[in-house]
Amino acid sequence: MEIPYTIENRPDTGIYNAKLGIWLFLASEVMLFGGLFSAYVLLRVGAEPGTWPHGWLDVKLGTINTLILALSAITTLLAWAACKVRQFGKFKFFHGCTILLGISFLCLHMYEYHDEWTHYEIQLANGKIADGHLAETSKDFDLAKKTGFVKLEEGRVVDDSKELADLRTPEARAAKHEDITLQAADIKSMENYSPRHNTFTAIYFTITGLHGLHVLGGTLVIFYLWGPGRRMYKTDPERYTNRIEVSGLFWHFVDLVWIFLFPVLYLT
Amino acid sequence: MSDSKEHSVDLNSYIRLCAVIFLVLICTTAAMIATSYSHIGNGWTLKVTLILSIAIVNAFLVAGYLMHLLSEKKLIYTVLVFTVFFFAGLMGLTMWAMGDFPVGTVAH
Repeated sequence: MEIPYTIENRPDTGIYNAKLGIWLFLASEVMLFGGLFSAYVLLRVGAEPGTWPHGWLDVKLGTINTLILALSAITTLLAWAACKVRQFGKFKFFHGCTILLGISFLCLHMYEYHDEWTHYEIQLANGKIADGHLAETSKDFDLAKKTGFVKLEEGRVVDDSKELADLRTPEARAAKHEDITLQAADIKSMENYSPRHNTFTAIYFTITGLHGLHVLGGTLVIFYLWGPGRRMYKTDPERYTNRIEVSGLFWHFVDLVWIFLFPVLYLT
Repeated sequence: MSDSKEHSVDLNSYIRLCAVIFLVLICTTAAMIATSYSHIGNGWTLKVTLILSIAIVNAFLVAGYLMHLLSEKKLIYTVLVFTVFFFAGLMGLTMWAMGDFPVGTVAH
């Protein structure tokens, strides 16, 4: 049985079914991300003054990722337009670019996650706090037995954790960073910047993780349409073009979410 | 994105449009970063307002031109009106809840 209205528009809606479907899906996605954004607002506004982190994320990486996604949105649209005018070679090129840009976005994000994961805040026995990237742990390092040592790269020691909250203050920018070696006997506890570190890292990993899954899903769909799914172009090009349009709408939505994520998490 | 029966597609005009939009997106992103590092206002309130305003311009460009929302069908607009209504309600209720403490728990 043939699926109705995959090419021609339904008389009552004025659009083909898949297009209405993707818009309804995107509407539900708005509410999904909206819930997380409202959670972010709640956590941020409810945080004690001076404790909400600023400048924890790498703005350069965030900017590159923003431009990558913006460029991929452009190549997605051009791929659809090329498909529409039956220039299959150009379509393949533009969609190939979209796939590469999507993968680049994910790779940069993984690099950022790794950076957070190796970043440690270490409570010292003397009440001070050491902060930096874990470069090395000795083979005999055991915090419970108080044996061995850890080395922090570009670390610094502060008196109060509030000094680590806003890294964009003149004092924080002027602070000297150096490699630090800490003996286990001097360490009270240590924790990396994983989701459990504080509410900021929790909401950061949750939102960007969900967004990253969307990017991954979108890339896989686009790859399918670019690769094995392209056979439909020969038998039913108009339906294939509609598939490209629907996947493109999803990809643009992913870009839209990042347009708000970037300033909210990296710039404010 | 639009329907072939209503819009004829000219790839070259799309390439020109996309180039303009990409340049604008680069400029607005730069403007957001500049605003973030500027010394406007005493705290973050004004900066956040300005940065989010620029982000809304970016979103308009992507939704309006790349998703062809400026020339969509009425049904899509209807769906989106409902979405905006519920999204605004969600955010509004969140903001409202920030100042809504149980009686006797806050000193006035």
